Amino acid sequence: MNAVVGRREYADGPVATGKMMQPAAEHKGCRTSANTGHASCGSRAGQGDLPTGIWEKVKNHPCYSEEAHHHYARMHVAVAPACNIQCNYCNRKYDCANESRPGVVSEKLTPEQAVRKVLAVASTIPQMTVLGIAGPGDPLANPEKTFRTFDLVAKAAPDIKLCLSTNGLALPDHIDTIVKSRIEHVTITINMIDPEIGAKIYPWIFFNHKRYTGIDAARILADRQLQGLEMLGERGILCKVNSVMIPQINDHHLVEVNKAVKSRGAFLHNIMPLISAPQYGTVFGLNGQRCPTAQQLKVLQDACEGEIAMMRHCRQCRADAVGLLGEDRSAEFTIGQVMKMDVKYDLEMRKAYQDRVEDERAAKVTAYQDGLAKFTGEMSEITLLVAVATKGSGLINEHFGHAKEFQVYELSTSGVKFVGHRRVDVYCQDGHGEEDRLSTIIRGIDDCHAVFVAKIGGCPKSNLIKTGIEPVDQYAHEYIEKSASAWFRSYLDRVKSGEIQHAKRGDAAIRQGALISAA
Amino acid sequence: MPFKIIASQCTSCSACEPLCPNVAISEKAGGFVIEPAKCTECIGYFEEPQCVAACPVDGTCVIDTSWPPYQAQA
Repeated sequence: MNAVVGRREYADGPVATGKMMQPAAEHKGCRTSANTGHASCGSRAGQGDLPTGIWEKVKNHPCYSEEAHHHYARMHVAVAPACNIQCNYCNRKYDCANESRPGVVSEKLTPEQAVRKVLAVASTIPQMTVLGIAGPGDPLANPEKTFRTFDLVAKAAPDIKLCLSTNGLALPDHIDTIVKSRIEHVTITINMIDPEIGAKIYPWIFFNHKRYTGIDAARILADRQLQGLEMLGERGILCKVNSVMIPQINDHHLVEVNKAVKSRGAFLHNIMPLISAPQYGTVFGLNGQRCPTAQQLKVLQDACEGEIAMMRHCRQCRADAVGLLGEDRSAEFTIGQVMKMDVKYDLEMRKAYQDRVEDERAAKVTAYQDGLAKFTGEMSEITLLVAVATKGSGLINEHFGHAKEFQVYELSTSGVKFVGHRRVDVYCQDGHGEEDRLSTIIRGIDDCHAVFVAKIGGCPKSNLIKTGIEPVDQYAHEYIEKSASAWFRSYLDRVKSGEIQHAKRGDAAIRQGALISAA
Repeated sequence: MPFKIIASQCTSCSACEPLCPNVAISEKAGGFVIEPAKCTECIGYFEEPQCVAACPVDGTCVIDTSWPPYQAQA
């Protein structure tokens, strides 16, 4: 498929990298130049070309800003169980606490329970800045529960940003209520604009009191989604588009979808890999529909990158996820526990905490600039990927054996670019490393040249070296970008001096399974 | 004949409840149930029974043959 999708040159080479260096802390005085149509920094470190109004909305939103997701947390409340469409990648009967994927929840909440949970989480996790309603069905197929929850939260916790994720079928009917509820962000899942392709993804929709199937259903859905997207733009509501990459069904078509949503004002495009393991019991899973590999996903994301930012840090989280992305704490906040908690909503405490986070972010941006400065004037054709074990805050601060996922960065002389994350099985259980797990970890990062860790044991270290992945632990607890630049510099020196030979690495598998809640 | 909901298949998603023109559907013991005396099979309201059309799990809202057919009011 590489040949078909093609690989466009990065539209944001050194120029965009320069923009990324704008310190996050100095956003207020930033100039705005909205007419370039270039929003590639929206999901990155700095404001870039984003108008200040939009930047203010996204800078602390973990799902919209790649950089913010290291610092801020979000939560979903599962108040909307009903859905108005059927997707072949969704099995709504399945519900397992050990699994992490959209549409899965452990308990459904009433709006009143949801508000109590929001206050409990916001008091315990001061970096929680965003509340989303994302199902497990469609929030707009449950408009009463959804909007009642938003209204109650807006009254009780006015500093929390509200957002909504929908399939878009009912979106045009609810635009005015969305505006009235002060919802700042909406995500629409758009997997196709061509009804012929849509018929392979959606067996039916329920619209205007009637069940539609096949091409008719897909046509109505696509029209309503694009109409809803336009209407959101007219009202100044920021819209992200999610697309599920389904090999041989919509993988090539998503480039068209990207153009269509970009021209209608979508701000960020998130192309996610299909989750289709047979044990989830979805139609695609049972039919043997395969999911994309890491390389296929990256090629498609790169092909779509340009005037619209691509989101690459999505964790495809549960509809009741709580906490930082990739670190689900929902198990701590079951409704039984929340009801027992003594909740005091303290705006001042939250504000003070978030101010400290802002200081930390500013320090990170400075560190990033320092790291980049070293490449001035140096050019090389070499581009490679590295994996990083991190717990957040932009630091290399996770033990190899404890990593539930690795962040993947692309290194070149034009900069350090985040390109995704790879979920893995935790290698170290009860103090012992498990050898089969190591091979699954290696499969997950097999396209990387190095893995950055805070610490690593001797056995996995030697196995990684045997595979051709260099374990790097000398930058423990330092900033990712700065360390990666320094390592890349030494790598280039070693290649130049003939000490090592640069070779291309293979492909990597996307881990479909469980991201077990943080212990 | 009224419709009934197969309890073992109902995911309690609530999609059907607000759609019933007769307010015959309510939540009970972790699932939804249809009150047979109130069900009109949506005759006179919609082209198709709303609970059947909206239910995401096929074969969950089915005809209850133990009841006589619903007679639409002339």
